[in-house]
Amino acid sequence: MSGASASAGVVSAASGLVVATNVARILPGVVPTTLVHNIDLAIGANEFLAITGPSGSGKSSLLYLLGLLDLPTSGEVRIRGRATAHMDESERALTRLSTLGFVFQFHFLLPEFSALENVMLPMRALAVLAEAAMRERAHTLLGSLGLGDHALKLPEQLSGGQRQRVAVARALANDPPLILADEPTGSLDSASSEQVFQILRDLVDKSGKTVVAVTHDLDIAARCDRRIHLIDGGIGSDERSGH
Amino acid sequence: MSAMKLIFYIALTHVRFRLRQTLVAVAGVAIGVGFSIVMAALMQGSQADFTRQLIDALPHITVSDELRKPPVQPAETAFGAAEIHGLTPEVRRRGIKNPMAIMATLEIWVPGAVAPAVKTQALIRYASRDIGASVQGIDPHREPKVSMLATQMRQGTLVSLYRATNAIILGVRLAEKIGARLGSNITVQTTDGARMSAQVVGLFRSGIRSVDESTAYVLVKTAQILAQQTGLVNEIRVRVTDPMAAAAVAQRIERETGYKSVAWQEAHEDLLSAFIVRNIIMYTVVGAILMVASFGTYNIISTITHEKTRDIAILKSLGLREAAVRRIFVVEALLIGLVGAFAGWALGYALTRALGSIEIRNPMIDATRLPLIYSLLHYAIAAAVALASSVVAGYFPARKASRLYPVDIIRGAT
Repeated sequence: MSGASASAGVVSAASGLVVATNVARILPGVVPTTLVHNIDLAIGANEFLAITGPSGSGKSSLLYLLGLLDLPTSGEVRIRGRATAHMDESERALTRLSTLGFVFQFHFLLPEFSALENVMLPMRALAVLAEAAMRERAHTLLGSLGLGDHALKLPEQLSGGQRQRVAVARALANDPPLILADEPTGSLDSASSEQVFQILRDLVDKSGKTVVAVTHDLDIAARCDRRIHLIDGGIGSDERSGH
Repeated sequence: MSAMKLIFYIALTHVRFRLRQTLVAVAGVAIGVGFSIVMAALMQGSQADFTRQLIDALPHITVSDELRKPPVQPAETAFGAAEIHGLTPEVRRRGIKNPMAIMATLEIWVPGAVAPAVKTQALIRYASRDIGASVQGIDPHREPKVSMLATQMRQGTLVSLYRATNAIILGVRLAEKIGARLGSNITVQTTDGARMSAQVVGLFRSGIRSVDESTAYVLVKTAQILAQQTGLVNEIRVRVTDPMAAAAVAQRIERETGYKSVAWQEAHEDLLSAFIVRNIIMYTVVGAILMVASFGTYNIISTITHEKTRDIAILKSLGLREAAVRRIFVVEALLIGLVGAFAGWALGYALTRALGSIEIRNPMIDATRLPLIYSLLHYAIAAAVALASSVVAGYFPARKASRLYPVDIIRGAT
């Protein structure tokens, strides 16, 4: 059931949903700061992956690089086999919109919009569905996360856990294959944490999504299928557990 | 197009949700626009008032019996080498000959009105008091078309001049000094000794003290008798429909009649150069106010945009394109700018009306109001400047924020 996978560090560029090859990110400055380096990582479909590590080890930085929120200084991130380094801004935006969903430690909902409108925002940006269909899908998403009664509330009228669930619903708006979560339970109490974790778990088990979650909570990490442990910006270990 | 719909949807929600902040911003823009308008109205109004006074003070064009150049002497025509300087003109009778014919010719083509004037100096004598005065012969029918005299009458009218033989109209201060009233019989005596008695049939008040103290009007015929120049007038005065064209008309009159013809621009050359200075002052003041107002607008709107930096990162991380995010804030700025400009128009108009209703009383002059003008151009310029600074204020901070990788903002967020 346990044991480091023999393939840790060996990357198959063709098969992965997200494949990072020799990625490094160095912040320029008088004294350049290395956030991550020598990252070789392939993430496939239907994986539940936790990125762990001590503070400052580059967990979030890696997640942002995988999610195209940041550009690697060197190396290559491929999403569904497509190189992203030379994409222009709007192509990258479209890739984020259709392929990736983000959940941050802080919910980052837009304060002026109701839960429903927040969830509908990515759909409106993609503009594939008709207005009525968007509304229905948003309602369904919120309902499935137990927020059916809170759809018309503003973020400030919701509890921390509820906000985070709205954020998850928003990440799922355009039905992306990959959800990236940055400390999704980091600012929640234990009951809400459990609820949010279970939702992420279900996304992998029932909906076939891939979830990559940065966490410093080792309990939560232990319940994921695969754990990447970062030390000083490099991959220290990459282990899988059967589930 | 649906991208534009999304942009408007987000922008409108932002603006509506932060209603108080939006109203403050709108008020800021409105105050800037309003005050720019009222200052422009005041500055340009006083400018126009000054011009009007200048133009109205004298007839637009005065054709007088002087010649700009001495008449050509026979010696000059006979010998090419002859040139005469400092010529003492032969004594000739002063006055424009055949004035009726000249006026008839002018009336054919001059765009405006023409009136004759005979000018002479005389002593006005009543109840043993003597006052020196300028006596002018006028044509009561033509006069109202070239001067403001008809509107300045306090008692009697210009036509009253026909009511009595040797009728005379006096300035109110002049009448007061000698103690004459309507109907008083006064004596007019010229320096040449001509003397006639005249009946006061009217009083006028121009508001200019020196004029009211020492001017009297009689019929042209009466003045010609006083001045002993039957059939001659001293001046033909022209009021043209377009005062700005006076100079060209004056030139043509001079060319056609040979008499010196002076337009108001030439008569007021010194004041017109002061005019340029006033213009510079006006543009500087109005420009400065517009600039201050636009900085106010810029400050408010760029602050609003800066406060939204985190939202910009969120929108970008969701997958909105950079241009779309930027446009949201430009649309917001435009909305605030537009509503502010409209409110500013209303404010500017109301302020102008309020200023215009103030009456200024002063013992020296008649009650007057502030000279204000209502010009659509002021409204257009003030609104355009406000809109431009709004858009700039929305665009640049949004561009700066949307250019960042979202992570730079998210990293710093709490």
